[in-house]
Amino acid sequence: MTQYSATMPAPLDTAPEASLQSRLRRAERMNKLKYGALILPLAIFLMLTFVWPIAALLKRSVDNPEIITAFPQTSALLRGWNGQALPDDGVFAAFAGEMAQIKGTPVLAAAAKRLNMEVPGFRSLMMRTVRATPLEAGASAREVLIDADPRWGETATWQLLARNASPYTMRYLLASLDHKVNEQGKVVATSPEEAIFVDVLLRTFGMSFVVTVVCLLLGFPLAYFIATRPVKTANVLLMAVLLPFWTSILVRVAAWIVLLQSQGLVNQALMHLGITDHPLQLVFNSTGVYIAMVHILLPFMILPLYSVMKGISPVYMRAALSLGCPPFRSFWKIYFPQTLPGIGAGGLLVFILCMGYYITPSLLGSPNEQMASYFVAFYTNQTINWGMAAALSAILFVATLLLYAIYTRLVGSQNMAARAR
Amino acid sequence: MIASYASTSERIWHYAFRMLCGLIIVFLILPILVIAPLSFNSDSFLLYPMSGFSTRWYEEFFSSPAWRQAFTNSLIISPFSTLLAMLLGTPAAVGLTRIDFPGKGLLTAILISPMVVPVVIVGVATYLVFAPIGLTGSYLGLIMVHAALGVPFVVTTVSATLQGFDFNLVRAAASLGANPLTAFFRITLPLVAPGVISGGLFAFGTSFDEVVVTLFLAGPEQSTLPRQMFAGIRENISPTIAAVATILTVLSTLMLITLEWLRRRSERLRAAP
Repeated sequence: MTQYSATMPAPLDTAPEASLQSRLRRAERMNKLKYGALILPLAIFLMLTFVWPIAALLKRSVDNPEIITAFPQTSALLRGWNGQALPDDGVFAAFAGEMAQIKGTPVLAAAAKRLNMEVPGFRSLMMRTVRATPLEAGASAREVLIDADPRWGETATWQLLARNASPYTMRYLLASLDHKVNEQGKVVATSPEEAIFVDVLLRTFGMSFVVTVVCLLLGFPLAYFIATRPVKTANVLLMAVLLPFWTSILVRVAAWIVLLQSQGLVNQALMHLGITDHPLQLVFNSTGVYIAMVHILLPFMILPLYSVMKGISPVYMRAALSLGCPPFRSFWKIYFPQTLPGIGAGGLLVFILCMGYYITPSLLGSPNEQMASYFVAFYTNQTINWGMAAALSAILFVATLLLYAIYTRLVGSQNMAARAR
Repeated sequence: MIASYASTSERIWHYAFRMLCGLIIVFLILPILVIAPLSFNSDSFLLYPMSGFSTRWYEEFFSSPAWRQAFTNSLIISPFSTLLAMLLGTPAAVGLTRIDFPGKGLLTAILISPMVVPVVIVGVATYLVFAPIGLTGSYLGLIMVHAALGVPFVVTTVSATLQGFDFNLVRAAASLGANPLTAFFRITLPLVAPGVISGGLFAFGTSFDEVVVTLFLAGPEQSTLPRQMFAGIRENISPTIAAVATILTVLSTLMLITLEWLRRRSERLRAAP
């Protein structure tokens, strides 16, 4: 109706052309505002409950608040220090004064714990020193400190303080890649007995890769089988894929423990068939974790594969066969390339989900199968080392994000759930 | 299915392939079928053969205060978080399908991302931020984060439903004098309802099965069914766990049947002239 009246001669309007244009633009703007307002509540909600917390956690991986909080004045002075000779008396005095101020508070304990992470033994050094404060009037801070512990007479001790006198540190991120800053301020690899995180990350990626490949090897034939059945049969078979997909992960974990335990059905069957004469250890080791992970993630592989395969017309294969191409060759040359989008989508989805798994390895695995998620939880709950928890989260998060970006390029984020179904 | 002129090797391949697929289906289904009978076992071992029939493990589940409270908590947290996810996700999906603006792809990716970010990160991050403002150990905090985890499902399923939605219907309603709210409730909502409901079911399933965030955010009073199960499996897996697992499986089967019914209904409606 508005369109109709707009094409009519508009005698009363002074500048009909411009007014129509601006009116259209106005209507467009109103429309955008109106529908934008529908998106806004969700955007704000996710900002508060999801984006902001994760941003705060990621910031924690470079935060270094302990020394600055405990010794603000000393930190400021040390930032201007050249690091060659011992700092001057002003630094010693400021440090002793600030030591006295925070004596017996958690602030000192936090700073001591933080420095002890870098150099073992620093906690006792701090505790011994703080006993010498506050200084008696007129005493030289330099003498009292060096008297309390001779290490205050070494530049290395002050260099350590100076290195941590900034609000940010790369320490945690480096540590989660098994590197550290040495006394000379250079980035070096940590000693082999301390280096565990690269192993953990490689294990996380390695296990995810194995699970993805096994899911593909099992999922591809089944998806193909279902996609080539008549609709009725396909629907029944799809239920067999969807039922585990909908069943609680904990139920499936419990079921696998029951099945795989030493007197469980699987071991009974294996012994009955004469494959083994004694029960095999199938659970609480890597076997159990792999079996359960593949079981949990298999539907995520089958469903995207199925939806791609359903859209592949059978006539190409038939044409190849009728032209004399052998069945396997025509499958490989004609059918398989058309399934690649499904393989890409399913594979990435399984890999992304697998990387973040926590429950399955923690209930079914031994300490040797724990992945990055486990260590994030470990540093949060057990040792309360937020820096390490945040740094490992950051690495896991970035890896997930990269793969997710590739995934959205490949299939579009809108299709994610549709495909996951 | 197999042609009469097929060669021997083709026949062998045909049956071998069927057997392989059969085995994969057994692999998928067996774990879900194996646990239910054991929940009716009369002795306390989760082993076959069963020694006798009994409902004592169900009685134990319903009479144990810890399990009862966990069940009640789940029945508080999941419905509310589902409702929140539906209330926020449905309008957002309508908005996203109706307008285009720079950065829309990025915004959509962010709205969907709770689906892919490892839950441990979500758990630790929300714990870090919620603890100082008193949202840990509260129902509100859990409901909010569970809603955030469920909302992508609502957005994607409702968007998918809207792909086939004719917005001229809304224009027609408006031209006949319906105000936008009336048009939404009388025209849009009934047509996208299957999408909203299936999105809601996904969100409910996500929340009802969520352990990791709950481990970080919940206090002892907010322990949910999965949280209680997690502790149970970790300590000592008992037939009570099997009973809970059976109840959960029945529930998820019901949800699956509802979804399947919704899907077929919308397919029928779409196929109708």
